[in-house]
Amino acid sequence: MTDTLLRPGSGMLPGGPGEGMLVEVRGEGELRTQDMNLNIGPQHPATHGVLRVVIDLDGEKIVRATPVIGYMHRGFEKLAEARDYRQIIALVNRHDWLSAFCNELGVALAVERMMELEVPDRAEWIRVLMAEWNRVLNHLMFVGSFGLELGAITPVFFAFREREDIQGLMESATGGRLHFTYTRVGGLKEDLPRGFLAASAKMTRNVRVRNSEYRDLLEGNEIFKARTRKVGILPPDVALDYGVSGPTLHATGIAEDARVTEPYCRYDKVNVHVPVGATGDSYDRFQILLARIDASLDIIDQVLDNIPPGPVNVKLPKIVKAPEGEIYVRTENPLGQGGYYLVSDGKKNPWRLKMRTPSFNNISAMSYLLKDQLLSDMIAILGSVFFVVGDVDR
Amino acid sequence: MPATLPQIGLLKGLALTLKTMLKPATTAQYPHVKPALPPRSRGVIALMEENCTVCMLCARECPDWCIYIDSHKEVVPPKDEGARARTRNVLDRFAIDFALCMYCGICIEVCPFDALFWSPEFEYSTYSIRELTHEKEQLRAWMDTVPAPPELEVGAELPKEIADGLAAARKAAEQASAAVTAAADAAPAAAKEGAGPTATAVEEDIHVEVQIDQAVFDQLIAEGKTERVARAKAKAAYVRAEKARIRAERESGQ
Amino acid sequence: MTESLLALDNVWLALLLKVAAIVGFFLVAPLVIGYIEHKGLAHMQARLGPMEAAFHGIGQLPADGIKFIQKEDIIPANADKWVFSLAPGVALVPAMVILAVIPLGPGLWAEDLDTGVFFALAVSSVSVIGILMAAWSSASKYSLMGGIRAAAQLIAYELPLVLGAAAVVLQAGTMSLVGIVEAQNDFRILGVVPMWFVLPQALGFLLFFVASLAELSRPPFDMPIADSELIFGHMTEYTGLRYAFFMLAEYAGIVVLSALAVVLFLGGWYPLPGVGLPSFDVLFLPGEVVAALAGFAVTMGKIVALAFVMIWFRATFPRLREDQLQRISWLAFIPLAILNIVVVAVFKVVA
Ligand code: SF4
Ligand code: SF4
Repeated sequence: MTDTLLRPGSGMLPGGPGEGMLVEVRGEGELRTQDMNLNIGPQHPATHGVLRVVIDLDGEKIVRATPVIGYMHRGFEKLAEARDYRQIIALVNRHDWLSAFCNELGVALAVERMMELEVPDRAEWIRVLMAEWNRVLNHLMFVGSFGLELGAITPVFFAFREREDIQGLMESATGGRLHFTYTRVGGLKEDLPRGFLAASAKMTRNVRVRNSEYRDLLEGNEIFKARTRKVGILPPDVALDYGVSGPTLHATGIAEDARVTEPYCRYDKVNVHVPVGATGDSYDRFQILLARIDASLDIIDQVLDNIPPGPVNVKLPKIVKAPEGEIYVRTENPLGQGGYYLVSDGKKNPWRLKMRTPSFNNISAMSYLLKDQLLSDMIAILGSVFFVVGDVDR
Repeated sequence: MPATLPQIGLLKGLALTLKTMLKPATTAQYPHVKPALPPRSRGVIALMEENCTVCMLCARECPDWCIYIDSHKEVVPPKDEGARARTRNVLDRFAIDFALCMYCGICIEVCPFDALFWSPEFEYSTYSIRELTHEKEQLRAWMDTVPAPPELEVGAELPKEIADGLAAARKAAEQASAAVTAAADAAPAAAKEGAGPTATAVEEDIHVEVQIDQAVFDQLIAEGKTERVARAKAKAAYVRAEKARIRAERESGQ
Repeated sequence: MTESLLALDNVWLALLLKVAAIVGFFLVAPLVIGYIEHKGLAHMQARLGPMEAAFHGIGQLPADGIKFIQKEDIIPANADKWVFSLAPGVALVPAMVILAVIPLGPGLWAEDLDTGVFFALAVSSVSVIGILMAAWSSASKYSLMGGIRAAAQLIAYELPLVLGAAAVVLQAGTMSLVGIVEAQNDFRILGVVPMWFVLPQALGFLLFFVASLAELSRPPFDMPIADSELIFGHMTEYTGLRYAFFMLAEYAGIVVLSALAVVLFLGGWYPLPGVGLPSFDVLFLPGEVVAALAGFAVTMGKIVALAFVMIWFRATFPRLREDQLQRISWLAFIPLAILNIVVVAVFKVVA
């Protein structure tokens, strides 16, 4: 008896969800059915945003999956060519609305490095602080939404409870809850308000306690494990081929993190722990997310111990102009590596600002990940390969 | 794992949800309970019309051009005989389209004359998009909701005005203490000297509900001043008089 | 006491009263469960839930109902109109029919069938036909997949459900639901300690409860309507009143299957093992009626407790995958259920 499956060439991934399935049709022909073509999205609850995935289904098994992007394209890079740097900082808040601060930081760093500006020490430390709070905010969101996609409706409410507190904290300093617009070329908009550092210290303790609640609710849950273990395994070499980065890459066991390998701001002065996974499956990715929240809280504690007094801004001319030339700046955004390639011809707006956004590369790996998976597992995979549609399309 | 019998992980989750149920909820019943927003909250933009010189910087810097300004030039007759007549910009229209605004705050940052402020007020949604364009009267009205900026965190560099003021105060205090040591025997005099700064501190405490001093207002109108100016001056007059009265009361009470 | 309270001389009047009582209960009980779900879920998620409609949101579900009536009734262009329109009714009616045989208190039943258990279980699986009709006639791929999942799930879980109930029938020696309740009152462990069937049949109860979760498509077995995968399964294309019917069917299903579990395992209307109900006259009420009312309250209390556990599961657990569910059913639950029957049978013969 040959082990050919119903459709030749569609072997199940070893260790994949199909392995050990009760019913496996062997042999040729007889039961051949027609594949069904299904559009997931652009409006679908699982694609958080307007991603569209066209899949061909054989029963519940995905034969082919093609992500279709561009539904949220807002011409951001072109727009940036007609805006000055302060306006660009306000704009970059918006393409990845969950990592607003980290995005503005990247642009500011690029301009500062071109201008060879010395940013005040205090501003750099506060930037680290804010970037890490933003990272916690972002990861909490994905912890909640991943649970929701797997049918656990409670974690998302818990996550929003914490997010609400942290957003309140950020709002007291920046005035915004999502779009912070707090960075300026050469420093920050203004210093923190009184009591911010004390409130931060209290909040790190709170969030740590709450983080253990997610572990109880999801990480240790047998149903959750059954749904995510060995689902959507991404081997390290494939991940690198697709340019996957951030928590999704760390889950495969590669600890590439711009905060460590190419430190910016004051990341060289703090101890950055990069948690890595072993197998690169959905469960690992989720665990990495929780571990990264803890790691970020540790960094925040270190910042609170080290933050020096002083100014947070440098004196700049009324109109900021980057000198002629080009630069590439790399930052570790919550979802992965953010790259900012800035070409200036010496005017007040860039000649070209190209951004490398982590979500775009993460989503590229989707075709590989979704092939030969079950429809239900598609949700587990979509939820655990972290992306924001605005960040994909820009 | 053929037999997924309920294990400890499932029970832990159940315990957590039950525990949460027995604790009070964290949500607030919004329309009944208003959120306490920090003073930096970007809710709505207020315009201090009196400060605006129609320099157009805000409208030009706004990333989505949602500030509409109309103005005309007015010739002000010279004060002295023979001097040149001067022109001045008069604001006709100042409107912000909040349907377009992306709440970036650039306009407020660039305004060189401190005419624009953030207010945390946010309840101005309407059923019609046209009503989201706030004209200058409405923007002026938001001014009443603008809170004082928060104190800065420990270790922050103070804003220039405050730093200068503090330096001056320190200097004055030094001089005062120098005077104290110099006239150590003339104790009563020194005490009076020291009373100066304390008195100003007290003055800052005095809070007066702003009202319009009707007499002053009528008089100014009779003098042919515009209503706006008259109202502002009348208010100021009232506050000054009231503060003086309270101070006198306190002193007589001491 | 094997006569229904409503067994009057005038057959037609009795019939009318019975139907009215069933329909009344059928419309009110799901609302109660729905309200408990609203509030229970909310508090488990650190929220308050509905608060605005009347006192603590009690009026929320009736208000929702009125809203559903006002909504436009959309039938997709490609849908099979007749089947599409009929499906909600087909899903709804079985739950109502089962209520006819379930005893809610002493004398509080419409009909005491000799084959009560058999009837209830048989009718309960009819509702899946409504789901399949909805799924197929909607002309939507998501609906179709939801319907197929629902059917597969029903086949897998009907067996443990029936086998769990069969063990009880074996122990009680009767298929009449009223008879089973009374048999539980007479049952003694080792002939001394009075106990309901839930203890000797703990395994059976567990299987029955989990299987009824699956049958109702309640989390963690809600794959047929998995909102993040299939939008809303067979209900995706429904709007307005028809959608409300499906929701009503879901909650009525919870009531009915909880009631069945209460009757089969938890001693029906008896407040404690071995303790009967008060049956003395209170004011102008004859003892019979007092007992019936007290029994009704006890039964409702137990139903609500079971429904609460279902809600609790919903708040806590993620959803399983279809193939995992099948595997659990065929490889674990059905063998266990058969084992349970064997054990019960052996004890029955030996004792
Ligand atoms: S906040 Fe930004 S978008 Fe809004 S009016 Fe000011 S500059 Fe324009
Ligand atoms: S920048 Fe300030 S002063 Fe200039 S027009 Fe705008 S509000 Fe008026």
